Amino acid sequence: MNVHAMNTQSQSPDDGIRAGDLLMDVRNVSLRFGGVNAITDISFNVRKGEIRAIIGPNGAGKTSMLNVINGFYTPQEGTIMFRGKERRGMKPHHAVRQGIARTFQNVALFKGMSTLDNIMTGRSVFMKRNLLWQMLWHGPALTEEIEHREKVEEIIDFLEIQHIRSTLVGKLPYGLQKRVELGRALAMEPSLLLLDEPMAGMNLEEKEDMSRFILDVNRQRGTTIALIEHDMGVVMDLSDRVVVLDYGKKIADGVPDAVKSNPQVIDAYLGVEH
Amino acid sequence: MAATASAAGMTLDTFPKYLLLNAQRFGKRPAMRHKDYGIWQSWNWAEQLAEIRAFALGMQAAGLKKGDRVAIIGANRPRLYWSFAAVQSLGAVPVPVYGDAVAEEMAYVLDHAGVRFAIVQDQEQVDKIQSFSDRIPGLTDIIYDEPRGLADYDPIGLHSFADVKARGEAILAADHAAAARWELNIREASGSDISVMLYTSGTTGRSKGVMISAEGAVRAALDTATFDSLTEADSVLAYLPLAWVGDHYLNYAQGYVSGFCVNCPESPETVAQNMREIAPTFYFAPPRVFESMLTNVTIRMEDAGWIKRKMFDAFIAVARRHGEAILEGRPVSITGRIAYALGNFAVYGPLKNVLGLSGIRVAYTAGEAIGEDLFSFFRSLGINLKQLYGQTEAFLYVTCQVDGAVRSDTVGPAAPNVDIRIGDNGEVLFRSPGMFAGYFKQDEQTAATLTSDGYIRTGDAGFFEKDGQLRIIDRAKDVGKLRNGKLFAPKYIENALKFFPNVKEAVAFGDGREFGAAFINIDMTAVGNWAERNNIAYASYQELASLPQVYDLIAAHVDETNRRLAREPMMAGGQIKRFLVLHKELDADDGELTRTMKVRRSFVAERFAPLIEALYNGSSEQFIETEMTYEDGRKGVIRATVRIADAKTYAPQATEGGLAA
Repeated sequence: MNVHAMNTQSQSPDDGIRAGDLLMDVRNVSLRFGGVNAITDISFNVRKGEIRAIIGPNGAGKTSMLNVINGFYTPQEGTIMFRGKERRGMKPHHAVRQGIARTFQNVALFKGMSTLDNIMTGRSVFMKRNLLWQMLWHGPALTEEIEHREKVEEIIDFLEIQHIRSTLVGKLPYGLQKRVELGRALAMEPSLLLLDEPMAGMNLEEKEDMSRFILDVNRQRGTTIALIEHDMGVVMDLSDRVVVLDYGKKIADGVPDAVKSNPQVIDAYLGVEH
Repeated sequence: MAATASAAGMTLDTFPKYLLLNAQRFGKRPAMRHKDYGIWQSWNWAEQLAEIRAFALGMQAAGLKKGDRVAIIGANRPRLYWSFAAVQSLGAVPVPVYGDAVAEEMAYVLDHAGVRFAIVQDQEQVDKIQSFSDRIPGLTDIIYDEPRGLADYDPIGLHSFADVKARGEAILAADHAAAARWELNIREASGSDISVMLYTSGTTGRSKGVMISAEGAVRAALDTATFDSLTEADSVLAYLPLAWVGDHYLNYAQGYVSGFCVNCPESPETVAQNMREIAPTFYFAPPRVFESMLTNVTIRMEDAGWIKRKMFDAFIAVARRHGEAILEGRPVSITGRIAYALGNFAVYGPLKNVLGLSGIRVAYTAGEAIGEDLFSFFRSLGINLKQLYGQTEAFLYVTCQVDGAVRSDTVGPAAPNVDIRIGDNGEVLFRSPGMFAGYFKQDEQTAATLTSDGYIRTGDAGFFEKDGQLRIIDRAKDVGKLRNGKLFAPKYIENALKFFPNVKEAVAFGDGREFGAAFINIDMTAVGNWAERNNIAYASYQELASLPQVYDLIAAHVDETNRRLAREPMMAGGQIKRFLVLHKELDADDGELTRTMKVRRSFVAERFAPLIEALYNGSSEQFIETEMTYEDGRKGVIRATVRIADAKTYAPQATEGGLAA
């Protein structure tokens, strides 16, 4: 059997939302840690099929925002609508089941496992057979494993990491580890993919590669992406819409060109004399 | 082996005819494998025929006609290999083009060849061709293998391979006679048609389109396949550039006449892994591949525990003593044999397995001279590594070594049915079955290459040793003289330098000068590793190359080379008096190397003229500013002050042999 003949290209799951419609709506969200206001009254939305960037200077509350979306933090005020339903107080694994996957600012992979195994862990949410079946190995568990392996191989092919399929992740250079992490997130077939500083610590070539993969994920697999990024150049090139945070408040929201010329954004980034 | 004689009522003088034959005689045997999605996908000859037939009919429907030229661009992938046969089956001519060529080079070839179609691997090539397509009005359609990234492109004149093939399949389903007509067309094709047009790598000026006739190509391939007794049971890993005569000959031509299986690696980065999985029986690699294999082995052994290291050293010594004798069936003492068998179990076997060489029956190297140590290292492990000498104009083989009579400094006697003679100026001339039908649209060049009695001038200077093996010294036009009249063969000196693992590339100068001098490129892997071991910090190639410790290291190599040259009376005059370590790696993108990684000496001399001047005016350092091109075509400038070092030379020693040209 030749794979060329099969059409196994997986898409993000059909969640009944048409491209361009609201996938996620964040309404008046505030998050406090004790007396510290990490996020104050922020509203923005993510449309299906777009690349949405969240930017801001250090400490602006970007990662907190991502953790709120992800369900890791529960905001004290405000609501989050995801796929048309309101949700509150959720554990990260519920977020995954709902179709949200993420990567981390500092790579969070299993360093002692191979690339293949790391990406396979992304499929674990879909594995239905219980421990007993898994221990028996043959039969349904094996069939299931093969199905998932196919999906994982597609991702490996997609991200062009065939040559490191069986290399331990801990031995890989940083740029490739980031790519493996993206692979693991893709394996969850998310309808919303959250990327926390996907280019942090990369050299120019690695950044260009990563940008290309992010665009491909978005265009070819139809995955909606929300990303946090420091590198303004990358953000402006990649994203369809940008929301800018500063000191936990939203100061701008719109297409890259509009945001770029917004005086408040320029002040936030370059600083102003007080 | 079925010779050119008729089978199934046809004279076997084209590759598509062999395709039909192989589908009959080896129908169930694997013809092609490709690792994809982590699994070796495989097609047998019958399936391969079906793939090619459908694609060919699709191409015919798209307007491909007899005599058209079709560019084939990309990596070693089944569909691109099938394209060759599909194009040939319609009487059109495939023109493989180097996929990594910069846009301008590619534009020149496509324009010169007058291609109508281009069959390419992926978006990269589509983008490249579209960037200059307005200059090539004759090129109407591009067919791509991998659809990734191409969804949003203007579909006019752009088709996927799968769509073209589907069109062919629809024709086959609708018209039952279509397949028979296609086969008849193949059977009626003439062997005098052009089978393929291969562009030379352009070591000297613009690349030229070498036209190879079908009959000549088949005969040459049959000769060498018989010479090395290749059969359908053999297998090869297809990793050489598709556009190079070597790949087309060794994998495509020999594959079709002998019916063996061609294995395409998963990606260029996985070649080593895939090689291990496939364990090919026939293998070709330029010396630099063997060099990097040995470098990697050496580095890994240095990191191994001392028991392993001792065992490795001890058994490699045994192999050096007895290995080649055992390989060639010469008498070896019983203790030697036992020691070698133990070594084979403990070291050579596992080592060959790791390198993917455990299945090798015949291996060749060519293109550059290979160091004696390097050559005998692989042979002593029991790998039947031989040398050949060839040219695009010959459709590869001119000479090849016979099993059992193999040496590192010669390239063997004439290949079967090849006539060789040495011209008055020392130039090697030959006539062979696969020799070209001429350069495309360059009759003057063709006439200049041929002698009046139909021999091809190779441009290489060489001579026959007493045992009938040919020895190549240098490009005929590069062999020059020092100001004192002594012979100066730059490539000979460069090769002597390159035998050191730390030296990646060397460029020697001396023609018309007072003494020999050289530019040296260090090998980043080997020297980088050495620096790490010796706690020498460096940030870049440029910094590493300029370190005084590195200069000392290279100076020792230059000294060793001079001692060696001093032992050969003809070459002793060319010893290196002054050298420098170049601040940048020579690169094909900057035009300093050809696409087959050969140094373009005159170009380098022009580009680094201030450095050459400094070599000869006695200064101890020189500032230089060089423009360089990135892969995407952008330009940058690299500046450096390069140190120039002196080397000791030795008085010539009269010893045995040497050159007696």
